[in-house]
Amino acid sequence: MPPLVEFRAVTFAIDGHVILNAFNLSIEPGETLVLLGRSGSGKTTVLRLINGLLFPTRGAVFVEGRPTTEWDPIRLKRRIGYAIQDIGLFPHFTVGANVGLVPRLEGWPPERIGARVDELLRLFELAPSEFVTRYPRQLSGGQKQRVGIARALAADPDLLLLDEPFGALDPVTRVEAQRQFRNLASSLHKTTVFVTHDVREALLLGTRIVLMRGGEIDTDVAAGAFRNAGTSEAQAFLSCLEP
Amino acid sequence: MWEEIGRLTLEHLVMTLIAIVSATAIGLPAGVLVAHQRAYRPWLVGFASVMQTIPSLALFGFLIPVPFIGGIGKRTAIIALVLYALLPILRSTLAGIQSIDGAVLESARAMGMSTAQMIREVELPLASRSILSGIRIAAVTTIGTATIAAAIGAGGLGTLVFRGLATVDTQQILAGAVPAALLALLTEGGLEWVERRVGSR
Repeated sequence: MPPLVEFRAVTFAIDGHVILNAFNLSIEPGETLVLLGRSGSGKTTVLRLINGLLFPTRGAVFVEGRPTTEWDPIRLKRRIGYAIQDIGLFPHFTVGANVGLVPRLEGWPPERIGARVDELLRLFELAPSEFVTRYPRQLSGGQKQRVGIARALAADPDLLLLDEPFGALDPVTRVEAQRQFRNLASSLHKTTVFVTHDVREALLLGTRIVLMRGGEIDTDVAAGAFRNAGTSEAQAFLSCLEP
Repeated sequence: MWEEIGRLTLEHLVMTLIAIVSATAIGLPAGVLVAHQRAYRPWLVGFASVMQTIPSLALFGFLIPVPFIGGIGKRTAIIALVLYALLPILRSTLAGIQSIDGAVLESARAMGMSTAQMIREVELPLASRSILSGIRIAAVTTIGTATIAAAIGAGGLGTLVFRGLATVDTQQILAGAVPAALLALLTEGGLEWVERRVGSR
């Protein structure tokens, strides 16, 4: 199968400041690719280039074989589920309306949207009868984050982009969320690109780990092989695992 | 006397209403525009600000000789009132949209909302409280300014005030000023109530 997403010699710069430098990456269908790296290493920029929130300064990003610049920008975004780092739930929409947003924009009939919302909330262990009519301000941090991922999944996209989805959670909730996500990922069969700066999370959730450093790829290995990676940046991240 | 007060109050109210509806019809879209197009911002906000700095009596005077929109009477007065009411409505629309959490706008864009959908479903609802408070401020000041419009023959409660001033008749002045003040207070209270209802959603 051809790669779902392919970066070919992508450079991205803002005001002469280079964020990604001659970046090459192929994302294969079905994998959970973790983009690991320090703050400012360009991880979020990679996600934003995939769904057309940004376009390359040089080079091209191909999604399903077509450069993002040739996609209808709205079609492209609706085909991809994206949970941004700050979640960004609509405060004036109920949980149900938040999760059902993309299906509604896509013109699904209301019964089908309702059924899909219920299905997703149940999947994330949020009882529909209790949560559908709640507003985001009535949710805990962990619940908000789950609603954010449910919203990204709503229109059943083939590709899911998750930007530090568990970043704002307390350590205990975080571990629970990671475990839940791992069980979920194996049953959903989605291609997922997952951004984190937590090496533990990368090893737990990824099938492949791409370690970024200063806008370039430092290490690109199967998750199981990451512990043997030899670069100094990989060693720096692995040293976080020692108590 | 009472009959005249009633008639002039109604006239005053209609003049204010037309001015506020028109100012909202112009100021609200202009506010949305400058929220999206940074380049227009200094021009439009600057224009509305300059209008507000001109003393009202002078503005009414300036408009009289202008062809098509000028002359003596209601039309000229309403145009001047619209120019005054623009700034608070434009400003509050812009401020309301600017105060929206950036993450909300980014997620809206990331999920593939068109610009029109973002304005309709995200920006206007979330800015509604700020926009309403701008309209309230505009309405209350317009009721006050509209009394001065009587100076160019626009009618309204200012008619009694100016007649009273000319004849040094305090009762006559109060017959115009008190209803105008009551009108302003009622408008303030009523629109504040609407704002609270919208805000508590």
